Amino acid sequence: MLWRYTKTAAFYLLVAVIVLVSVFPFYYAILTSFKSGTALFEINYLPHHFSLDNYVSVLTTGVFVRNLGNSILVATSVVVLALFLAVTAAFALARVSFRGRGLLLMTILAVSMFPQIAVLAGLFELVRGFGLFNTPFALIFSYTIFTLPFTVWVLTTFMRDLPMEIEEAAIVDGASPWVIITKVFMPLMWPALVTTGLLAFIAAWNEFLFALTFTSSNETRTVPVAIALLSGASQYEIPWGRIMAASVIVTVPLVGLVLIFQRKIVQGLTAGGVKG
Amino acid sequence: MASTQSTIRIAPTGPGHPKRVKSELMRQRLRAAGWFLVPMLVALAIVAGWPLLRTIYFSFTNASLTNLYGAELIGFKNYLNWTVLKSGRIVWSGLLADPVWWNAVWNTVRFSVLSVTLETILGTIVALVLNAEFKGRGIVRAAILIPWAIPTIVSARMWGWMLNDQFGIINDVLMTFGLIDHKIAWTASADTAMIAVLIVDVWKTTPFMALLILAGLQMIPRDIYEAAAIDGVHPVKTFWKVTLPLVRPALMVAVIFRLLDAMRIFDLIYVLTPNSSQTKTISVLARENLIDFDKFAYGSAQSTMLFLIIALMTILYIWLGKVRFDGGDR
Repeated sequence: MLWRYTKTAAFYLLVAVIVLVSVFPFYYAILTSFKSGTALFEINYLPHHFSLDNYVSVLTTGVFVRNLGNSILVATSVVVLALFLAVTAAFALARVSFRGRGLLLMTILAVSMFPQIAVLAGLFELVRGFGLFNTPFALIFSYTIFTLPFTVWVLTTFMRDLPMEIEEAAIVDGASPWVIITKVFMPLMWPALVTTGLLAFIAAWNEFLFALTFTSSNETRTVPVAIALLSGASQYEIPWGRIMAASVIVTVPLVGLVLIFQRKIVQGLTAGGVKG
Repeated sequence: MASTQSTIRIAPTGPGHPKRVKSELMRQRLRAAGWFLVPMLVALAIVAGWPLLRTIYFSFTNASLTNLYGAELIGFKNYLNWTVLKSGRIVWSGLLADPVWWNAVWNTVRFSVLSVTLETILGTIVALVLNAEFKGRGIVRAAILIPWAIPTIVSARMWGWMLNDQFGIINDVLMTFGLIDHKIAWTASADTAMIAVLIVDVWKTTPFMALLILAGLQMIPRDIYEAAAIDGVHPVKTFWKVTLPLVRPALMVAVIFRLLDAMRIFDLIYVLTPNSSQTKTISVLARENLIDFDKFAYGSAQSTMLFLIIALMTILYIWLGKVRFDGGDR
């Protein structure tokens, strides 16, 4: 009996540790973001200070709002573009059997495993050649490399699992493949599209290497680069309060979305195996 | 293993339907499929295929940022080159003779192996917890999604603050419990920079690992465990003899995914421990050469090498992944 209680207690202790470790850093970032002045350098484990100074400073001085706008523009455009290209491609890959289909799918998966650095030099040349350097289009263009293979892959696995019968009826009625996609599959695919879109959005929102390399002025940067380069008056004075405020601003919507779409996201993740 | 491959076997099977109708339908579908694939393939060719070829090309030239187009081919000199001095001594150059390169390779391998090992062990533990039935499971599942949802740059900054030597909470906790007697400059000092990077990476990516392993665990039929329990098999033995062998395919896929991902790490290290030679990985080094040091061709050579390493591992993945791919269901 005692042994069983000990076991249960140990189990819940483990659960508590997992939850604490997962949540604490974000909690501490929020705590720090509400501190100003010298309060920043006191270590508190519980909420002690409340000041919105950091938020006001991040949102009113500098170009952080502009950076937020850039991130939203880039991530949204990339997702729309990727989903548009992926839906039709996924139909072809999932519902039509042709020679070399397996190989094609593997190639697409391989592209999503590309180290970004391997295409950096070539993309840099292309971006400069097209005159896209230091514009959001450079990022929309280059982010396709990781959003497109991922969306194609996940939508293909999803479409493959849809039953035959729904399509058979449409074919008997003489519907063309395009009509089948837009009229038969699309209505069924909304959940998959939302999940895939959301995951692609998060990936684009978080991307750093391309954003750092293909933009060069404060106004065209996306949020991750802005946060990474946020600096104080001198090299040694890191504005931790403002950094935490900016971090909280960009993370809260993401965490919210992820918690709302929890179940869907877990399904999408395990189907596509992508890291945020 | 029920076939989920729903390809076209549309042909109506009644006696009155000649075979020709079916093949006409099939041809129409094949043509449509071709047109549906073209835009995606063109996009991938422009954004992935062509840049990759150009990177490889640049690695055989003497290109610089300011002179991309006037570059000349110089063969393998960026990789390995030698000059014979008058004294007869041979001086090697190129990245294969560059200690900085080998240091980056060592850092990349060290980081990848350590982080993936830790994440696999911790991920398995978290997955086993989530696979058990208990009150508040939903909360745990939600909680572990938070590190995954936080952008890498943000987690690097958050942890950078927590690991701060003067005002960091980690030093404070460790001092309170008497685990350390002086404050540690986690990200700055050479001994601990890699540990700091590992802590943040493990914190951020263990949830992903746990979810993949959990998906594998949930495919194991419950009655196997019931049978083991009735036979009086010890739970630890059940784990080693039943759970682990059955979850191994999912585990392998997760490990290789993470390994490939860890090999190309850039953002976390760039932000958390800039300028530390103890953590500089191949991606960080290559970008430094490409953009900051204006050694565009040399950086391209380093990128190409990383690509080759990862390509080899990807082939391995596809070979292993095939099991899952044809198995269909997940």
